[in-house]
Amino acid sequence: MAETSTVSKNGRNSSYAIEARDLSVYYGDFRAVKNIDLQFNVNRITALIGPSGCGKSTVLRSFNRMNDLIPVAHAEGEILFHGKNINDQDVDPVEIRRRIGMVFQKPNPFPKSIYENVAWGAKINGFKGSKTEMDALVEESLRDAAVWDDVKDKLDQSGYSLSGGQQQRLCIARAIATRPEIILMDEPASALDPISTLRIEELIQELKEHYTILIVTHNMQQAARASDYTAFFNMDTDRAGYLVEYNETNELFTNPKDELTEQYITGRFG
Amino acid sequence: MTREQVENLMVNAADWNEVNPDWPSLATAKYIPAETSGTMDFFVENFFLEQTLQDISYDGLVSLFAANVSAGRCKAVESEQRFYADRLVCDTEESFQARCESANPPTGCTLEPRDHASMEDLVYADIVQPVVLKSWFLIESLLNRSEISAEIAREYPSAEMKFKRWLTWDFVVSPQSSVPELAGVRTAILGSLWLVGIAILFAFPLGVGAAIYLEEYADKTNRFNQIIQTNINNLAGVPSIIYGLLGLAVFVRALEPITSGCVFGVVDCTVANGRTVLSGGLTLGLMVLPVIIISSQEAIRAVPSSLREASMGLGATKWQTVWSHVLPNAIGAILTGVILAMSRVIGETAPLVVVGAATFINTDPTTPFAKFTSLPTQIYQWTARPQQTFLNIAGAAIIVLLILLFVLNATAIFLRNRYSKRLG
Repeated sequence: MAETSTVSKNGRNSSYAIEARDLSVYYGDFRAVKNIDLQFNVNRITALIGPSGCGKSTVLRSFNRMNDLIPVAHAEGEILFHGKNINDQDVDPVEIRRRIGMVFQKPNPFPKSIYENVAWGAKINGFKGSKTEMDALVEESLRDAAVWDDVKDKLDQSGYSLSGGQQQRLCIARAIATRPEIILMDEPASALDPISTLRIEELIQELKEHYTILIVTHNMQQAARASDYTAFFNMDTDRAGYLVEYNETNELFTNPKDELTEQYITGRFG
Repeated sequence: MTREQVENLMVNAADWNEVNPDWPSLATAKYIPAETSGTMDFFVENFFLEQTLQDISYDGLVSLFAANVSAGRCKAVESEQRFYADRLVCDTEESFQARCESANPPTGCTLEPRDHASMEDLVYADIVQPVVLKSWFLIESLLNRSEISAEIAREYPSAEMKFKRWLTWDFVVSPQSSVPELAGVRTAILGSLWLVGIAILFAFPLGVGAAIYLEEYADKTNRFNQIIQTNINNLAGVPSIIYGLLGLAVFVRALEPITSGCVFGVVDCTVANGRTVLSGGLTLGLMVLPVIIISSQEAIRAVPSSLREASMGLGATKWQTVWSHVLPNAIGAILTGVILAMSRVIGETAPLVVVGAATFINTDPTTPFAKFTSLPTQIYQWTARPQQTFLNIAGAAIIVLLILLFVLNATAIFLRNRYSKRLG
């Protein structure tokens, strides 16, 4: 999986950060999502929206193979990352997760010090720098996650001592300390108050300069405010999620091509 | 004749005129009264116990001892440790020298002579030999004091009534003895501590390792793993005597070369005996293994999956996740299980009886390959003796066992709380 390879195995040029082709995910015999085709642009924010149970989180988690943690889950189809299908047998999911970071719905800092929370990911990713370099990395990550000013005086205190919004930004700092290419965010603001939510949204805007961001959200205003592209998912009659419409956010919200999309964004279901 | 004169005659005088200068110079002839004779008791009571042993001079104690034990016993005691640095009391210079030059010289050749305290102990154990005729419980002795006194005066006119605590520091630090008044539980306490140490060292890493494998790595839908899990659950309920039989077959018999230490050159393989503290510890370790596995599994399962996801999401491997996040968060609960297991090891008797805890042993276990006994085994053996005094010291040993259990548990809980707090 060479860093420079942007040519997929069937020869098509791929300028996308990551791309799903005919992706279906199963939990045992149950098909949770079916036939997803999606391309995510580099250094852009893409929002995945849709009603509950439509499989948007499942899709997101399949991009860094987090679904592997669920024993009965398996995926069909391709997810191309640097031209390589990450579901191939010879791909190490640990390597994928190092390059595609993740932020979860509920802030889940480690029960360690704030410093350790950020440093640990870098350490296990083979960070070999000195103590000073590690200090610099921790500070930079916390600054990038807009939480440095809140925590700079209590780096040795537990991550749990922070407020929910600070915890979530700490989790974002932890994710970017490993220098991933893509950050997956699974409803990162849903457990937070409106002010914290706003700060997370601002932060996401700043982060897109360096990272490709995929964000699952329940909140349509958030998708409209904070994303460049939006993918709308819905649940089919067989309870499998499928992609209804995918477009630039402005376009999708102002001029939806699908009737379902229009109904959803105008609040008539979901 | 005065009392002093009789005492002098009994203890020191070799000539009648030493007792009274007016008397003729004739050698005294000393006869050792038989233990059953009233003469012995009479003299001991009237001449020596009115004054305590502490009041008698060192020379007096030595003469008293030499005069009242057999020549062979006296020689043996002297070769263990001399009475005087410059002379011998019971042995001749030649035979003592000869023994010291032999291949296996007795300890008396190198040790300093005895002191007053050790002489007192010797006289007390060998000559005074107090016997408890009857004992009453504390409450009874407080409430029925007069009746007891009357009974003593009626039934045992020559006996002395005494308040005796069985649980003394001497009892804790003395080794086992066939004389119940002198017996202690040091050997048993050390045996129990060795057993706990070996059992936990064996069962803790194995149990936690098994729990990690079963919870984090094993495929739970796999039929084989399900059978293993069911078996572990059932093993936790198997009677401990069965583990004793297993230990006897596996550790004492089949693995005798290892458990006796003969492959390590500790003992000669021709006389190897697998009934060692190592066998006992491993048997008890096996017994508590299922308990440790199950409690560790519960502890690991209780670690929130969000923590695992956070770690895996950062690109940690399974092992990094387990080692850095799952174990530190589960360790408090795991240690709770280990503490429970430890209590069970301390209290267990049945498997040790089968594996072969020694019935009588007064040497401290100093290696894993030593013969051993444990506190509960010791208590069990004492309660099986017919003499009342053994029952009394068994009661004292039970209190020692409870205190030991309490102290070990308290230490373990203290360490656990300190350690898990530091991780949080």
